[in-house]
Order: sequence, then structure tokens, then C-alpha cells
Amino acid sequence: MAAIPTTDGHHAAPNVLVTIWQNLRCSPSGSIGLLIVAAHLILAVISPWIVPHDPTAFDSQAILQAPSATYLFGTDHLGRDVFSRTLMGGQIALMVTMISIVISVAWGGLLGILLGLMGGWLDEAIMRLVDAIRAIPEMLFLLLIAGIVGTENGILILALGFLYGVEVIRIARSATLSVVAQDFVLAARARGESRRTIVLRELLPNVFDVLLVEGALRWSYMLLVFSALSFLGFGVTPPTPDWGVMIAQNRTTFGIAPWATFFPSCD
Amino acid sequence: MNQPLVQVEQLSIGYTTRQGAVRPVLRDVSLTLERGTTLGLVGESGCGKSTLSMSLLAHLRSGSRVFGGQVQVNGTNVFALDRTALEQLRGRQVGFVPQNASQALTPTMRIGAQATESLTLHRGLDTAAAHQRVTELFQRMRLPQPEALLQRYPHELSGGQQQRVVIAMALARQPDLLVLDEPTTGLDVTTQAHVLHLLQTITHEYGMTMLYVSHDLEVVAQVSDLVAVMYAGEVVEMAPVDRLFSQPCHPYTLGLLASLPRITQTTLPRPIPGHPPAPHEARAACAFAPRCAFATQQCQNEVPALSTVEQSPGRMHQVRCHHWQHVIQYEATIPHNGRSAPREPVDTLHDRTHALLTLQDVAVTYARPRLLDRLRQRPQPPATVERVSLAVQRGETLALVGESGSGKTTLLRAVAGLKSPSAGNITFGDLDLTIPVDRRSREIRRVIQIIFQNPDASLNPRQTVGQILQQPLRLYFDRDPAQYQEHIRLLLEQVRLAPHYERRFPSQLSGGEKQRVAIARAFAANPELVLCDEVTSALDVSVQSAVLEVLTDLQNRQGVTYLFITHNLAVVRAIADRVAVLYHGRLCEVGAVAQLAAAPWHPYTETLLGAVLAPEPGAPPRLLARDVPDPAPPARGCPFQRRCPRHLGPICNEDPPPWHTTDSGQRILCHIAPHDLEQRQTAEASLAFARD
Repeated sequence: MAAIPTTDGHHAAPNVLVTIWQNLRCSPSGSIGLLIVAAHLILAVISPWIVPHDPTAFDSQAILQAPSATYLFGTDHLGRDVFSRTLMGGQIALMVTMISIVISVAWGGLLGILLGLMGGWLDEAIMRLVDAIRAIPEMLFLLLIAGIVGTENGILILALGFLYGVEVIRIARSATLSVVAQDFVLAARARGESRRTIVLRELLPNVFDVLLVEGALRWSYMLLVFSALSFLGFGVTPPTPDWGVMIAQNRTTFGIAPWATFFPSCD
Repeated sequence: MNQPLVQVEQLSIGYTTRQGAVRPVLRDVSLTLERGTTLGLVGESGCGKSTLSMSLLAHLRSGSRVFGGQVQVNGTNVFALDRTALEQLRGRQVGFVPQNASQALTPTMRIGAQATESLTLHRGLDTAAAHQRVTELFQRMRLPQPEALLQRYPHELSGGQQQRVVIAMALARQPDLLVLDEPTTGLDVTTQAHVLHLLQTITHEYGMTMLYVSHDLEVVAQVSDLVAVMYAGEVVEMAPVDRLFSQPCHPYTLGLLASLPRITQTTLPRPIPGHPPAPHEARAACAFAPRCAFATQQCQNEVPALSTVEQSPGRMHQVRCHHWQHVIQYEATIPHNGRSAPREPVDTLHDRTHALLTLQDVAVTYARPRLLDRLRQRPQPPATVERVSLAVQRGETLALVGESGSGKTTLLRAVAGLKSPSAGNITFGDLDLTIPVDRRSREIRRVIQIIFQNPDASLNPRQTVGQILQQPLRLYFDRDPAQYQEHIRLLLEQVRLAPHYERRFPSQLSGGEKQRVAIARAFAANPELVLCDEVTSALDVSVQSAVLEVLTDLQNRQGVTYLFITHNLAVVRAIADRVAVLYHGRLCEVGAVAQLAAAPWHPYTETLLGAVLAPEPGAPPRLLARDVPDPAPPARGCPFQRRCPRHLGPICNEDPPPWHTTDSGQRILCHIAPHDLEQRQTAEASLAFARD
């Protein structure tokens, strides 16, 4: 018997960009979501060059101005342009949370996959520890860290990265458990593959999409938490523009100048 | 009421792609099913069998729609029914038994509640009457303790019991038509034979009409009056069962029959080359033409019409082939020699000198003794595998046979080092194999390779075929990655796959192709011992023999040794040299495969052989009358005591049986001496075997 003839001949590797484009065409909500996220990221990166006013410059002549052609989003109680501050306000928050999310998915994901593969008493012990950490209210935990160690961005990145990594462990472990039971993992073990190879070559590619979704979801949530920290005064230090800080500073004048609180809240 | 119960008229079902292309799954199918008859529907997977059977319940897969034609049940077009009428149809007229019973039962509902639900709902019975009817059927289905069963949850039953519950549930409503989609495919041979027998008697009694879908020709031969063969969404041949098996007129039917391994044949059956076309593939006028030995230019150009071979009423034989007059003259069961040369029988008599793999009193247990039990000195549950002693000679194929739960896979995993034995010795040559795989040397890991049952699960879906085959090369040979390419091409060629398969993902392969990639992966290590765990049971028959052929071919060329697990005795007959029969993890019999042909057998082997279905109508299996499920091995005496048709009395329950060795080297574990067994088994009137 000769090799089986195939009607479709060679399989051309599908172009990744083409696939993405086709998927987006089928999902309007996905396209809109991607558009919003992309707009935020792009604006955060290019904002220093496109802001119409210096976001930290006071202007005593223009305090609490309503939105106008000059000041698109109005001004705050120190006469700073809310539009420029809103554009710039995401920079630090986005950067801090992005680094933290990469850290948390990386260590949480790898540890979770490893635990799912190993099982046994170590898995059991670490998972109970994870449960214990999850029982601590996260805001309390972050405030504690910020209060004791400091509020530098680096410290916050590590704190957020640790806290959310703990959450990722659970997800990665449960996703791994469904893959580990399959024969190809058993085949790899029977072949005598090292644990490292099994984690990186056999398991990670099959768990990766779960981690990606988890990371994206956690990121949005982390952004909110970081803004809350700034709002409470533990995140970004004024006068650096930040959404959380802006809301905190302008809430006292909310009755007179609602725009100064409204626009940063929208992001 | 002379009108047939079911009439399918030129039914076409398919789906439309997003680009607007039409993909027919069923094309122009016409069928008539008279009351009280059974129609068997056969064909490889992906031929539209399930789509057709579900259409009798007016069920379409999401995205599919009816392009043309209609299905009439009791004179009404089922696709024209509204919701309430549809509910009536499915509740009263048409019953359905799906393939996977464990998914058909609601896990959170007690068996009694789900079984009586449809009776009270559709048949208007009160709860007590419904209970009675269900209990009665459970009893007839040989389910143990029917009353108690009603109170249990689905997960407390075994797979065979679940399947019988589902069948009983469908029968209880006494529908006019019963549609069964591969209802016995996942069952053991013995359970399958019992279920088929019961199904026949009960439906006959109720005068029920059945549509029996199966890829298994043996099963169809047993249950059907009429058989329809489907290929690529068309009915290519339809005939009374005896005619179809004796005088097949379509080359596809002929191919299917030839590809069946038979217990009476010691050679490999002949596979059908190629695979059925997917709905999106372009096809010749006759869909089977690319795989057909009889194909001519005419088959490329002209769609074959349905020709009538025999027209007498009730004996209607139709075929969709241009050349059926040639085909009908062809002998279906010409043996096909897959082995290049008959291998010399290996001397088995305790010859440890050539033994490649030796198992000495091996026991494997999954039970972990709890501290408390150990302190109280409670007896431990019997081990999954116990006292197994075997020697596998270099270059031979040893088949390990037994029902599910007999510890075959456990034993295999012990050899592979995935599960450490709790007692005994396993040696490979003079190397110790009792240590787990991660403490074995690279060399031992390389020479022992394993092939798994389900190729869907044993290949990483995120790796291409090339990447999959690279793993063993990278692991065992310190070779330059640039040389992989050449090696991989060679490996693919060995399993008869084209080089461009290297860039494919497993999801782009058919079942048989996937299994060949798994075989190539095992042989990439250049092994000496290959452990095969039911490697063909997940495949279509037409493909099964092709995979077996690849395996024997590799053995002939490279002289590897196979430890081959299977529950299919016909496959054992075709490829193995020796056979070891396991019951509940205890060896019952070890001997040359040829010895399966005649008595003496161990009573368990006898039972297994009796339950084998012959692909011939009118040759029913010999069933054990008092065959009861046996969940765990007994603590004392003979492991097979509870089901044994040759049970002697207290001695079997009390004393462990001795090993007897016959002159031809066959070893049997039984209280009855071999010549005595032979006499009893050849005696015509065997009281223990009876059909009730």
C-alpha cells in the first residue's frame, strides 16, 4: 500500500495575521474590545507628544473651567488641563500593571503547571498555602506592603505580581490537571523526559491559552486596584498625573466641576 | 396497517459554509423499514450513519439542514412536526440508545428516577406501575439486584451496567421504533454478546422495529434482518443480512468483509486503502472510486445508479455500483498474507535462555494501606495484578488477553516503569526493570517503547508530526538537529505516510494516520521491546488491518518484540505467536496461539472464545448461562470461581489451583487436569453452555 494520497496536498501554514483578521471579522464585540485596549495603549505611549498643555502646569487664570475648545475636558482646582492629565494619567498605571501581570502569569503559571504535574503532598501543601493567602483581603495586603515597605513603583509591581500570581497558580494547576491525564503526557514520562521538558514542551503549549485569557482578565482588574491604591494615596505620588490620584483630588470639587472627576473615571 | 413504519425518501442533509458552499453529509438516501424488522447500518466513521439515524428522530446537528427529501415515521413527515408533536414522537414512537451511556445518564439523578420519568410522562403510568415495569426490564437485562439498582446513582454502576440501563430505559416505553447508535461498542466481548442476545429477544417479543447503527460487521450480522452499507453519505448497498454476507455486490462491502480479522484465520486481513472522503473533498462520480480495485474510467464520469440485484419481495438487494456483476463473482474471504514468512514457533517451555523480558511473581496494587488499617492489621484488598510469571522471547509477539479490568494495562505500565510493582521481579535481559522509569538508564528507556490505545490522546495536539517525532530523536540520540529531517522522513515512510505529513498537526489526521504517527514515534527510538496497549481498538476495521500490517512489517524488518494487549481474540489469532490470558490480574493460561483453535482451554478462555461474534449471520455466540459480573477477585481459591462453567465445588473456592503443563507446552491454571478439560470441552452436550 502506498502512502495515502491527499486531495488537499500540502498544508500551507496559515498566516497568523490573516487568522487574527478572520477571527475579528466574525466577532464584533471582540473587535470593539481590542480597539479600546489598543487605543488606550497607543495613547498612553504617545501622550507625551500629543498633549495640548503641560499636565502638571498650574494656571491660576483658568481654575475649574468647564470643557471648552481650549480645555476639552475642562480644568481642575489648580487650573491644570484635565484632558492632558487624563491622557497622561494612564501611563504609570498601565506600565506598572502590565509588568506585574507578566510577572504574575509567568511565576504563577509555571508553578501551577508544575504542581498539577507533580501532585502529591507538596501540591497539597502549597495549594493550602495559596488558599490561606487568598483569604487575606487583597487591598489590605497591598496597603500593608505599601505601608511597611514603601510605595515605590518597583515595590508595588512586585507586590501586585506576587498577589495575582497566587491566583494564577490555581487556574494554571486546574488547566494542567485536565491535560496531565492525557496519554501524550504519559508517553513523555514513559520516554523518560525530564520534568522541565514535560512542563515546557508538553504542558505549557496546551495551557497557554488559558493563561492568556487569565492574564487579560486579571490585568483589567489589577488596573482598577492600582487606581484604587493611587486614590488612597499609596500608588502614584502627586503631582504626577494618574487617574486614581485625579479622582481623589477632584472629588471635593465634584459639585462645581464634575468634569474633573468624570473624565478620568471613564478610563 | 400495511404501510411501512419508516420511509426515508431521497433524504439529503448537509450544511452551508460561511462562504456559501454546500456540503452534503447525506445524499439522496432512500430506505424503507417494515414493522418488526431490524435494519443494520454499517460503514466507516464519518460516513453519515449517525446523521441518518438521528434524522429518524428529526434531530439535526446544529448548523445542518435538510436540503431535500423527507423522513416518514408512521406516515408523518417528522421534519414538519411542531414542538409538541416532536415531543410526542420522541417520547412515544421513537426510542434512542446512544453510544456512550455514561454521558446519557444524568449524574445527579438516581437510576430509578430517570428510568421512570419518561414512563410517567409519556405513557401515563403511575409511579408504582412505572417502577414495576422498569424493575422487570432490569431483571431481564440481567442487571444484578434491580430493586436496589433503582436507588443508585449512575457513577455507582460499571460501563456495561450503565449501557444496559440505558437500553432498558428505551425499551420500557415500548416505542414502535428503536434507534441504537453503536450501543455495544465500548463493552467487553462477553457483555456485548449478552446485551445483543437480550436485545434480540426483547424486541422480538414486543414486535419492535430497530435501526441498529454499528461499524462492527460481526454485531450487525447477529442482530439484523436487513443491512444497509453506507459510504460517504450514500447507501451503497442494501440487502437481507444473509445475502449481504454471502454475496456482497459493492466493492466497499467486499472490502469491509475482507478487512475483518476472523478467529478462524491465522493471517492478517486485507485493509481497504485510503480513507473515506470528508464532506468538503472533491470526489469522483462514484465516491468510492479512488479506493476501489474495480474502478474504471466510467466510475470517474458517471454517477452509479441504484441497481437492483434481486427483486423478490422481502429479499430486495440493491447496489450502487457500475460493476456489481464483476464484484459478485469475487470471493470475499480470500486470505491475505501480511507476514512475509511464517515465523518459526518459539519454544516456550520455561526457556529462559532467550527470554528478553521475564516477569516473576509480579504483583501490582493500587490500594495504599492506611496507617490505621495497618495498625489494626486489617486484611488488605486483593491486588490488581498478582502472581504473574511470564517470559517473553526475543522477536516474538505475546498477546495479553482479558476483559476490561483484568489488569492488562496495569501489567504493561509496570513493565514501562510507570507503576512500580509491589512484589516480584521484572527483568529485561539481565537488567532490573522493577525500578520506575525516571531511575532507569537512558538505554533501557530507549529499548522499551509504548504505544497507546487512543491516538487522539497520545499525540500532543500543539505539536506538528515532525515535532512529535523529534522528541525521541533528541532524547535518545545525540544527533545534530539538521539530521532530524532525513530521519523523520524515513520514519514516516516506514509507517507508510507521505513526507509532507511532517508539517501537519494531529487534528488534521485521521484516526489510522494518528496511530501510525504514534507507531513511528515508538520506532524512532529503535526499540527492542514495544508495548502495544489496545492499539487498534479505537480504529475502524478497515484501518485496523492496515495498522496491524505496519506493525508486523516493522517486526519482520527490525526483529522487535511485542507485548500486545487486546480484548479481540481474532486480532490475537492474526498477529500473535503466544497468548497469555488474564482474569482479574491473575494469569489463567499461557500457550501458543495455535492452541486457541482446539480444546483444552482454561474455562475462562473457553468463555471468551464462546462470546466471540462470527461475522456470519446464523452463527450465534455460545454464552455462559450463569454469567454474572464479578467486581473483585476472590480472596481464596481460584480467581475465576464465580463465573466458571466447569466449577467443581468447594475445592475451587478454597484451594488455589495448580499450574498444569500440556505436552505442547501450554500452561493452564485449573483444578481440572488438561486432558480432563479437553474431554469435557469437546463433549457435545455441554450443560453449562445454553442459550436461554
